[in-house]
Amino acid sequence: MSATGINWFKYSSPQAFHPLAGRMIPWFAAAAVGLIAVGLYVGFFIAPTDVTQGDAYRIIFVHVPAAWMSMFLYVIMAIWAGIGLGLNARPSFMMAQAIAPTGAMFTFLALFTGSMWGKPTWGAWWVWDARLTSELILLFQYIGIILLRSSIDDLRRADRASAVLALVGVINVPIIYFSVRWWNTLHQGASVSITAAPTMAGTMVTAMLVMMAGFWMYSIAVTLARVRCVIVERERQPAWGKQASIPDVAEAR
Amino acid sequence: MFQTVALSGSRGDRQLFSDVSVTVKPGTLLAVVGENGSGKTSFLRMLCGLLSPDKGAILWQGQDIRQLKELYSAQLTYVGHLNGIKDELTPVENLKVSAYLAGDESSGETVQRALEAVGLGRSAHRLPTRVLSQGQKRRVALARLWLSTRPLWLLDEPFASLDTAATSYLTQRLQVHLSSGGMVVVATHQEIALPTDSVQHLRLTR
Amino acid sequence: MSQPSMSEALRGVVRRDLLLAMRHRSDVAMSVFFVVIVASLFPLGVGPEQAVLRVIASGVLWVTALLACLLSLGRLFTADYLDGVLEQTLLIPQPLAVLVVGKVFAHWVISGLPVVLLSPLLGLQFGLSGESLWVLTLSLLLGTPTLSMIGAIGAALTLGLRGSGLLVALLVLPLFIPVLIFGAGAVTNSLAGIGSEANLSLLGACFLLSLAFAPWATAVALRIALD
Repeated sequence: MSATGINWFKYSSPQAFHPLAGRMIPWFAAAAVGLIAVGLYVGFFIAPTDVTQGDAYRIIFVHVPAAWMSMFLYVIMAIWAGIGLGLNARPSFMMAQAIAPTGAMFTFLALFTGSMWGKPTWGAWWVWDARLTSELILLFQYIGIILLRSSIDDLRRADRASAVLALVGVINVPIIYFSVRWWNTLHQGASVSITAAPTMAGTMVTAMLVMMAGFWMYSIAVTLARVRCVIVERERQPAWGKQASIPDVAEAR
Repeated sequence: MFQTVALSGSRGDRQLFSDVSVTVKPGTLLAVVGENGSGKTSFLRMLCGLLSPDKGAILWQGQDIRQLKELYSAQLTYVGHLNGIKDELTPVENLKVSAYLAGDESSGETVQRALEAVGLGRSAHRLPTRVLSQGQKRRVALARLWLSTRPLWLLDEPFASLDTAATSYLTQRLQVHLSSGGMVVVATHQEIALPTDSVQHLRLTR
Repeated sequence: MSQPSMSEALRGVVRRDLLLAMRHRSDVAMSVFFVVIVASLFPLGVGPEQAVLRVIASGVLWVTALLACLLSLGRLFTADYLDGVLEQTLLIPQPLAVLVVGKVFAHWVISGLPVVLLSPLLGLQFGLSGESLWVLTLSLLLGTPTLSMIGAIGAALTLGLRGSGLLVALLVLPLFIPVLIFGAGAVTNSLAGIGSEANLSLLGACFLLSLAFAPWATAVALRIALD
């Protein structure tokens, strides 16, 4: 990073980051569109029809990358949260705030596509298999973080509380995966696993990787856009405060 | 010895005060004055370590209280806006628990004497605190000061809801504390009837 | 300069909360009645067939105990927050995490332990017997303190917020799920004749893990809430 000679700390101030992010977004957006288009094309048209599942399986080219993204984004959000708490750095909290909705979206997408896969394959719109159940719980965790933040008026407390929740949640993620898998084996025979993916031909792997890359580009683009909104929102608040301050009311703590 | 160095604080996005530097020597009382909303409570809470300042530091015997943590908390007694007592317990029970948790003398007799010293009659000692008046509850909260052996006292509007008798009891107690080398920081609207050489004033400014 | 020792501080915190509970004996009764009533709803909803009840027993009883814990979390810190006792607790010169363990312990004695003691009776109502009753009780004995400790994090994060009751539920239920799986799993296994040691050990591990981390996370959350 230092080889390029850019002083990265300059961009740690929100005012400087805002235009930088603005310049970066179109590139990531373009890459996202391109990669996703290629991925979908390969997945839906080029990859061979599966022997056991027919063409219905093709939804996994969206389902699996979405599920992976939902997990990666949670971890990254937790990392930003941890940095924010450790260094008491507001920009880190802003990044965590910006990532959460995208992570939740991918989780929902994974669940939705999982359901779409389940119907033709196993005849049910919802199957309580290990991965889908874990994804569902992950969605609850995302929603919890978003709701906690929106329930707290004080910005500093909102930042730090949702950061703590994100960190607690990230420890919970592997525990959930383990325990849900455990639970699945406990009740063996009751359901079949939706995650029994077809054996992967080369083109299938390519399609999935390309989709992953596309989703990454999308996530970065959207997160940057959201961070810009967050920056603008936060910068505007002091002005609101100055006009709206009512000293007598404020004393009542 | 106790000082703040260039302390700045804000509440939400409202700047309360900035660049406050003050030193409190043993035997002095610092009266923090200002209108409602000027940040007196927040200032006191920062001195307790409950609130983080935006900028600046608070030093106890030259060391940052954020480094000292519990070593610093052991030096102070804080009576805030809220009384910190349980309505369902009697004044005696409340005070026994507070004293016990502060490591102070907490026998029944000592506690009762403290309650009497602050003007709460014996008849009120064994009633649940919830039936007492605001002024009486405030006295129960302040009674801790008669048991406290800690050097630094941080008091938020201690004279509010006290009648003249209780006010003079409290003032006398503060005088005793200062004479033995203690320090007091008080957020207050009122003038405190103490010798002027032991009182400093601080007006918080933006 | 006076300071309580760590055990004195812990004892003081626990004693105060237990004393308060004695003044509010209804708090203990509430958890018990809640569990009894809710557990009775299931046979009313599902039908009284013993075979069915035995199958759902582990899940129903565990979820009921879990909900009882969830609903009681509001009482953990809120009262102290409102009357200023919480900020005084933060000023006690001992690690806040230790004091949190004290508060959670007292809270568990008041709302969790009665449920554990009642569980054999509820198990009988659902057609459990012998070893599975014992496993049910043991699993709840290990699980309910864990739930209280984990729940304390949620209670601390949502302190003083509007609608915190529902919000706590949303935050804390994903964290409760592993404990639920292992706890109910222990009873299910016992009923099926498979050993429940694995699940019980996992429950024990959850307990130890939560004891190691949850009080500290709760302490951090409390400081954030009072900042």
